[in-house]
Amino acid sequence: MRAGVVVFPGSNCDRDVAVALSQSTGKKTAMIWHRDTDLPDLDLIVVPGGFSYGDYLRCGAMGAHSPVMQEIKRRAEKGTRVLGICNGFQIITEAGLVPGVLMRNAGLKYVCKDVFLRVEDSQSAFTARYNAGQIVRIPIGHGEGNYFADDETLDRLEGEGLVAFRYATPTGEITLDANPNGSQRNIAGVFNKSRTVLGMMPHPERLSDPKLGGTDGRAMFDALVETLA
Amino acid sequence: MKAKVHITLKNGVLDPQGKAVEHALHGQGFKGVSDVRQGKFIELKLTGSDKAKAKAEVEEMCKKLLANTVIENFSVEVTD
Repeated sequence: MRAGVVVFPGSNCDRDVAVALSQSTGKKTAMIWHRDTDLPDLDLIVVPGGFSYGDYLRCGAMGAHSPVMQEIKRRAEKGTRVLGICNGFQIITEAGLVPGVLMRNAGLKYVCKDVFLRVEDSQSAFTARYNAGQIVRIPIGHGEGNYFADDETLDRLEGEGLVAFRYATPTGEITLDANPNGSQRNIAGVFNKSRTVLGMMPHPERLSDPKLGGTDGRAMFDALVETLA
Repeated sequence: MKAKVHITLKNGVLDPQGKAVEHALHGQGFKGVSDVRQGKFIELKLTGSDKAKAKAEVEEMCKKLLANTVIENFSVEVTD
């Protein structure tokens, strides 16, 4: 699998995710500057976390209109897998690759901690190594991760099995207390219609090596390699 | 010409910042305040003299970039 990571001014998780990807692919990860429009052949493009363009206007809004995103939208339409993590999730919602929007956390505070997620769907290249219903531990670190979409959109996402992850208790219950940011229906990650694009607030790259304290995130990168190799 | 753009959260979308501001105002002794909603105000300078055309163009800017219509409404006013 050939993987690339987009680098915006203000990205700060680009190197972490590149290291996690290389660990699974055994290859160098391509780093793509936000002004580049001539991208190499890639099977997976990651839009990483950080504070692209200083979160000006709305978090993710400027990144969504950058030159590289126009090309990523074209690639995504052709089926290239796209993974947006944290600020990357904000960017791909603003770009219209996945539905919804990430608003200010309901508690107004930046939240940085490990959370438990219930895997809602394992029928994708991203989640194939997980089982539906499995509980995984993945860290979050964000001030604007409060997932919002209108009820009609949420019903459609649930009906079509396009909710990837929900914030849960360690035993897998979906409760208000397990929701760190006020997200509608505890949603932590969503797919596009064809499950080729995934946006999620939690950071799988931050728990993808035993030295980091866990490997629940690594399964996502391994699954992608297995599916796209 | 100048355009003034007001961007506000749609009804039904929770506004935790507005709520926090409301609580702070109550704490300052302003008891008669409720339903505080926070938004954005953007001012633009435009070339040309056709106001209707300018308004349509700024509305297009709002849909494409300035507002996120999933959660926000916008209104545009064009003046000389």
